[in-house]
Amino acid sequence: MQEETLSPPKPPEKRDRVVIRFAGDSGDGMQLAGTRFTESSAAFGNDLATFPDYPAEIRAPQGTLAGVSSFQVHIADWDILTHGDEADVLVAMNPAALKSNIRDVVAGGLILANEDAFDQRNLDKAGYESNPLTDGSLSNYHVMTAPMEKLTKLAVADSGVKGRSVLRSKNFFALGLISWMFNRPTEPIYEWVQKKFGEGTPVAEANIEAFRAGFNFGNTTEEFHHTYEILPAKLPAGTYTNITGNQALAWGLVAAAKSAGLTLFLGSYPITPATSILEEIARLKHFGVKTFQAEDEIAGVGVSLGAAFTGHLAVTTTSGPGVALKSETMSLALMTELPLILVDVQRAGPSTGLPTKVEQSDLMMALYGRHGEAPLPVLAPSSPSDAFAIAMEAARIALKYMTPVILLSDGYLANGAEPWRLPDFDDLPPIDIEHATEPNGPNGVFYPYARDEVTGARPWAIPGTPGLEHRVGGLEKEALTGNVSYDPDNHEMMTAARAAKVDGIANDIPDLEVFGADDADILVVSWGSTYGSVRAGVNNANKAGYSAAHVHLRHLNPFPKNLGDILARYDKVLVPELNLGQLTAVLRAKYLTPAVTLSKVQGAPFMANEVTKKIVDLLEDPS
Amino acid sequence: MTTDTRYTRADFQSGQEVKWCPGCGDYTILASVQNFLASLDIDREKHVFISGIGCASRFPYYVNTYGMHSIHGRAPAIATGVALADPDLTVWVITGDGDGLSIGGNHLIHALRRNVNLKILLFNNQIYGLTKGQYSPTSEAGKRTKTSPMGSLDHPFNPVSLALGAEATFVARTIDMDREHTTEMLQAAYEHKGTSFIEIYQNCNVFNDKAFQILTGRQEREANRIYLEAGKPIVFGKDNEMGVVVGIDGAQIVKVEDVGLDAIQIHDPARPSPGVAFALSRLAHGPSGPTPIGVFRQVERATYGDLMVSQIDDAKARNKATSISDLVQQHGTWTVE
Repeated sequence: MQEETLSPPKPPEKRDRVVIRFAGDSGDGMQLAGTRFTESSAAFGNDLATFPDYPAEIRAPQGTLAGVSSFQVHIADWDILTHGDEADVLVAMNPAALKSNIRDVVAGGLILANEDAFDQRNLDKAGYESNPLTDGSLSNYHVMTAPMEKLTKLAVADSGVKGRSVLRSKNFFALGLISWMFNRPTEPIYEWVQKKFGEGTPVAEANIEAFRAGFNFGNTTEEFHHTYEILPAKLPAGTYTNITGNQALAWGLVAAAKSAGLTLFLGSYPITPATSILEEIARLKHFGVKTFQAEDEIAGVGVSLGAAFTGHLAVTTTSGPGVALKSETMSLALMTELPLILVDVQRAGPSTGLPTKVEQSDLMMALYGRHGEAPLPVLAPSSPSDAFAIAMEAARIALKYMTPVILLSDGYLANGAEPWRLPDFDDLPPIDIEHATEPNGPNGVFYPYARDEVTGARPWAIPGTPGLEHRVGGLEKEALTGNVSYDPDNHEMMTAARAAKVDGIANDIPDLEVFGADDADILVVSWGSTYGSVRAGVNNANKAGYSAAHVHLRHLNPFPKNLGDILARYDKVLVPELNLGQLTAVLRAKYLTPAVTLSKVQGAPFMANEVTKKIVDLLEDPS
Repeated sequence: MTTDTRYTRADFQSGQEVKWCPGCGDYTILASVQNFLASLDIDREKHVFISGIGCASRFPYYVNTYGMHSIHGRAPAIATGVALADPDLTVWVITGDGDGLSIGGNHLIHALRRNVNLKILLFNNQIYGLTKGQYSPTSEAGKRTKTSPMGSLDHPFNPVSLALGAEATFVARTIDMDREHTTEMLQAAYEHKGTSFIEIYQNCNVFNDKAFQILTGRQEREANRIYLEAGKPIVFGKDNEMGVVVGIDGAQIVKVEDVGLDAIQIHDPARPSPGVAFALSRLAHGPSGPTPIGVFRQVERATYGDLMVSQIDDAKARNKATSISDLVQQHGTWTVE
């Protein structure tokens, strides 16, 4: 040690990837520290994936396990698929943060602890009988400590920030230290702080000083005299931005409205983890979008249905409990055959469940959770950036087929971020829509329920159009005229027509492409946000000498036409899902495939190695 | 009102067979509304009727305009979407006491407070008709029905009081049988900018016949209808011998000769505070005695739709960067060669 400090600083150790987790009290600013680290890594050119994880309570009791908030970021010099199974570095701002995150740290990993928070009171709150930083219980890890609170106080002394607010900057101290350790550029941090808090304001100064103090602490303290370098990733050429799923979804909806030449209308009610879509679109009023924060979930979809009737691209955003409340209106949208997009950013349920945690357990509700025979198209994005494309696809289907559509995102996609190679926004696929302007029946009669021969869609005649006055509603419609009909044969025919319209969309979506060999020993089928960890798990299995193939579904109703043929090619089919096997049940019922489930309902995404292990288990199983 | 009657009532009849019970008050209201629409100089396709569920809510099927028969209680929400999507439309909400005040009470009060440009007609028959006679949120306490064989325990809503409490900008009451008064109220509601709320006492001759006998019966009506007219003292009775005074304890019915005409309240629906209108609404809870009809309140307040449009216009004027590329550039990008 002694000699090492006397020698010149060592060159940074090269790593191809690292997973860092910032963990602290929910008031410690860990989400902010993680997001800033992510942004400067993005600016540096690393590939990355993030996993923010926080409690439902805004401020759970300080220092408790319940109040721990964390942000994990995986940065690499290659194209990565997941936020990382285990953390190489854990920043622990207090004992509770250490205790609730230590199980996810790789053996031999680095723990960087804020020693000032490891006092008796906080140790008691976290349930530690002795101080883990000194009692030897962390001997499998490399532990480093810094008096972050004391040094932050000293650093911000001249900033003008006073009293308890001083300690608010300690996340910037931690960020500074980690930024030094991983050779991150500092300019993006400074720029962001000035922009966010106002150039030269006491808060901006305090945060910058705390950041510098952390950065310099690493530079000058012998214990820390070791840095790492993760080179920029060799990503495909192009322009990139770092984006979360909710942001991409919001932009995709805005883009879809532009492509269709329609006004975007979003009626919504705040609910975790969907709220930020409403927030994002609400700030885009200069695009001509209309947003409406309704009195409840039912009104959120109700105003949207009214806007759809009146010719807008109408959307409502929510999470599981809200879908339940909106289901009656979705059935009306289906009966009136109006285009409407319901975005369900799934969270762990039932009931309030784990509102800030991820799950994929609304699939059955999306497919079947309505009264009567009420099939709807259901789509799911596979990554944060894919939410842009899937939003456009949802709009295309809704408008072309005059049907409500459900888009199933989830809490992991909503808040997780990744670099997105930007498409050519001037060359997005157009969405052709046509409002009816002329009578379509004999003698100037308008038939609101006449169907397009190919799509089965009915005409969209919006209020204000002369000569096409008509009534829609929840009572069964007579074919063509749309008049109320209690005729039994008509009801059967209309029920079939509505189902056939949705089934027919299978002719209008791309075939699935299988990743891996046609004669692989196992096919892994996934949907939604598990794409990255499942693909990584399949890759690991193949690297280990097994033969696994992977197919990922973005269209969940109807399924792509070739799904049945693909399933039939494989003896073993594995379906990893963050539920108890909902897609598996649908696949087994529809295709009689012997699919088995890998289930996880811990409010957390899959780790790639969990998928790998299940593949290996199934392939080693002689049965 | 224009004299250029390019429409007749027939232009607003949809041709669908009207299926209310014979003798239902809804027929009268339908005729009043259709005649009123025909009298307006406004294109037929500019009207949209949105309803919920219930007897009253079948209304849109019978009116030859755009319309939607929607979900129980949700009409104000759906109509809000229509009104915000196209401010040029005249959007009517047809609801009832069960639809608008029970299952849909929440949407109703929020539409009223927001002042969305809607004309809400609440047909109050004080009973659930479509489900064949259960007590409603406006049924009198103690009402015996099939679901309340020992009498209803519910304290009823007074719809006018409720609307005033929600700070509605236009609140009126009328009676189905009084077509002239109904038309007057429709006209006033039509001209009002914002949410207009009209409670229409409507007789359900099958499940709650003569609920409003006191206001419609030949013998009783003169003594019990209190016509509210702006700028006039609130007096009623055969010889206007009765009147209303408003004091700290609310509104009270007095003999004019006891207090003198100068003490009688002069009706002013434009008062900024809804207090006096609320006091007037408390005169009758039922109705079981003298009951005010007419416009309780009519004040000006910016409509939600106008405010929404002006926010969008402001945003457009301030920020011209309206391509997705602009959005992404502002968010921050980097280039990989």
